[in-house]
Amino acid sequence: MPIPYTKPPAPTDDKRWKIVQTRMRRGGDRPAALIEALHAAQEAFGYLDTEALNFVGDTLGVPHSRVYGVATFYSFFTLKPQGEHTCVVCTGTACYINGAKEILAGLDRALHVKPKETTADGKLSVLTARCLGACSLAPAVIVDGDVKGKVHVGELVAQLEAM
Amino acid sequence: MSEMPAAARPVRRRVITEEINDEAPRAWAYVCEAASCMSGQAHDITLRLAGRAAEAGLTDVMIKRVGCLGLCAAGPLVEIAETGQLFGHVKPDDVEGIVTALQKVTPTDTRQPQGPFFEKQLRVATENMGRIDPENLDDYIERGGYEALKRVLSEMTSTAVRDEITRSGLRGRGGAGFPTGLKWTTVAKAQGTQKYVICNADEGDPGAFMDRSVLESDPFRILEGMAIAAFAVHATEGYIYCRAEYPLAVARLRTAIRLAQRAGYLGAGIADTSFNFDVQVRLGAGAFVCGEETALIASVEGRRGTPRPRPPYPAVQGLWDCPTLINNVETIASVPTILRNGPEWYAGIGLGKSKGTKVFALAGRIVNTGLVEVPMGMTLREIVYDIGGGIVDGRPFKAVQTGGPSGGCIPAEFLDIPVSYESLIELGSFMGSGGLIVMDDTSCMVDVAKYFQDFCRDESCGKCVPCRVGTTQLYMLLDLITRGEATMDDLAQLERLAVIIQKTALCGLGQGAPNPIFSTLRYFRDEYLAHIVDRVCPAGVCTITPAEVMA
Repeated sequence: MPIPYTKPPAPTDDKRWKIVQTRMRRGGDRPAALIEALHAAQEAFGYLDTEALNFVGDTLGVPHSRVYGVATFYSFFTLKPQGEHTCVVCTGTACYINGAKEILAGLDRALHVKPKETTADGKLSVLTARCLGACSLAPAVIVDGDVKGKVHVGELVAQLEAM
Repeated sequence: MSEMPAAARPVRRRVITEEINDEAPRAWAYVCEAASCMSGQAHDITLRLAGRAAEAGLTDVMIKRVGCLGLCAAGPLVEIAETGQLFGHVKPDDVEGIVTALQKVTPTDTRQPQGPFFEKQLRVATENMGRIDPENLDDYIERGGYEALKRVLSEMTSTAVRDEITRSGLRGRGGAGFPTGLKWTTVAKAQGTQKYVICNADEGDPGAFMDRSVLESDPFRILEGMAIAAFAVHATEGYIYCRAEYPLAVARLRTAIRLAQRAGYLGAGIADTSFNFDVQVRLGAGAFVCGEETALIASVEGRRGTPRPRPPYPAVQGLWDCPTLINNVETIASVPTILRNGPEWYAGIGLGKSKGTKVFALAGRIVNTGLVEVPMGMTLREIVYDIGGGIVDGRPFKAVQTGGPSGGCIPAEFLDIPVSYESLIELGSFMGSGGLIVMDDTSCMVDVAKYFQDFCRDESCGKCVPCRVGTTQLYMLLDLITRGEATMDDLAQLERLAVIIQKTALCGLGQGAPNPIFSTLRYFRDEYLAHIVDRVCPAGVCTITPAEVMA
């Protein structure tokens, strides 16, 4: 006999939970919608906290342990809040041989922030991506969702400092 | 926008195209709106161009957004369709030249050759790229879209479709080159009432962007190809597993799915027949290993993307344990053209057992970075020098890296080898999905091997020990070498360990991980020795501090 099961209510009355709930319902509220749901939660809140992970797991009928396992397996998901701005540095092969290493070193020198870290004032998070597929623009970075190609370290640092 | 004459507006507005007078436009300007040009404000260019054309009183020209025009190095690109004239590095504030050129177009103009980058290509999977509006179904149909699917559904049996694909000699374009016809037949004959088709768009190889461009430029082709595949293997549901790093591709796919459903090319009773097929997009989440088919299936099911041993192959037991056909984007993109032009036509292109064409992404230290499709059997020299325009700043060519982290580096002496699945394997590399990364003398090959090992170490899913532990050990040994602290024993250990990993890892990621080491050792052993014995980096990339140099 199947265990009687009710979907949990949204943790708070924040309207963004509705978006997450809708995306899960579209996936049939089944375990297969887990990754989709985590995408929705991260889009809505910027990162995944324990509350979000547990809520998604409870709605889809996935154990918390497995939700955590999936969220940490995929590098796209982040469990820490991000800075006000994000700068994603592509480290694909084309970017690498065109100087992605220097960009990361330059950011560390000028702004004291390493990949996957946020500056002390919470302004800027630096992330790396495996390949943005923008290889003809190498070296490429994404600043707050805008792809920038043929990046020069000095100009990038100046732009980030101005934000 | 509102006071602009109708014809000069971008066609992205559907209503407007109906307002136009019956006469065909005198001239078309195609603005590339694929990801690479979009980052150069291509969309602003479209709007600004439409505005300027209207101000200049050009009511008989059309501005159209299209997918990738291919020559990403010169982006953002605008093309005048009638004359083939290309404008590169266009800025939104500077479109006067294009407006003037549009004014000059006459009905007698013919397309002029656009230079070797375009003339040496042969477009099959990318035939509509840069020609159609990726979010306009009518545009796709006008260029022969859905002809193949209609013929398949009305005139052919599933056996006949599989037979045509088998005869065309098409092989998997994801890298391994498995015969597509054979895969389709296996799925069709597998036991089970529910079957699935999955399009693998998890293009994880760094330096490869073929799939992204195809999805962004011609998404309907993927839907048509998947529908044909589904008919051939008796499937009714399909998934496109796409990377989350490609937001534009995902958005265009979703639009295409919606438009195709509305027009009756997806869903129940496709093209007024009894055939049902629907497609969903599933997002990846940044795990390279999910390009491996069993890991991909796990991810579509909402689990961690870890591979499992094969057999059973997904063709027999795949998604939710049902027979599942998994094909790469480019493979599926080739299907409609093959069925439209006939398998003999396709089999007539290519070299030996490698039939047809291959899309390559040119990147690295090459002048014409971008996307090209060439017949199999073209030499690397033609691709790198004739199409690619040679090396940046005229520096010497050192190597070309193919096949991503499972591939290898091919040195200058093999530039005249014709490219095929077999020839690349013979050279110790791998076709892979089609990324060609050109390196010049500023690249240190040991450092490149270390870069790929770092990639594999980071992307290893951790399920099997040889990959989880082995790739880290290989990385540490390479790190020792690049720091100038290694001995000859370390090199011997590196080679021994690489063989063990290749033979014992569970999936392609681990088995292929040592390949960059093998190929760089095969062709650039002297560079390894320079790091170990002389303690210098010949390319000057690795930092070997003098303090570490032994007296």
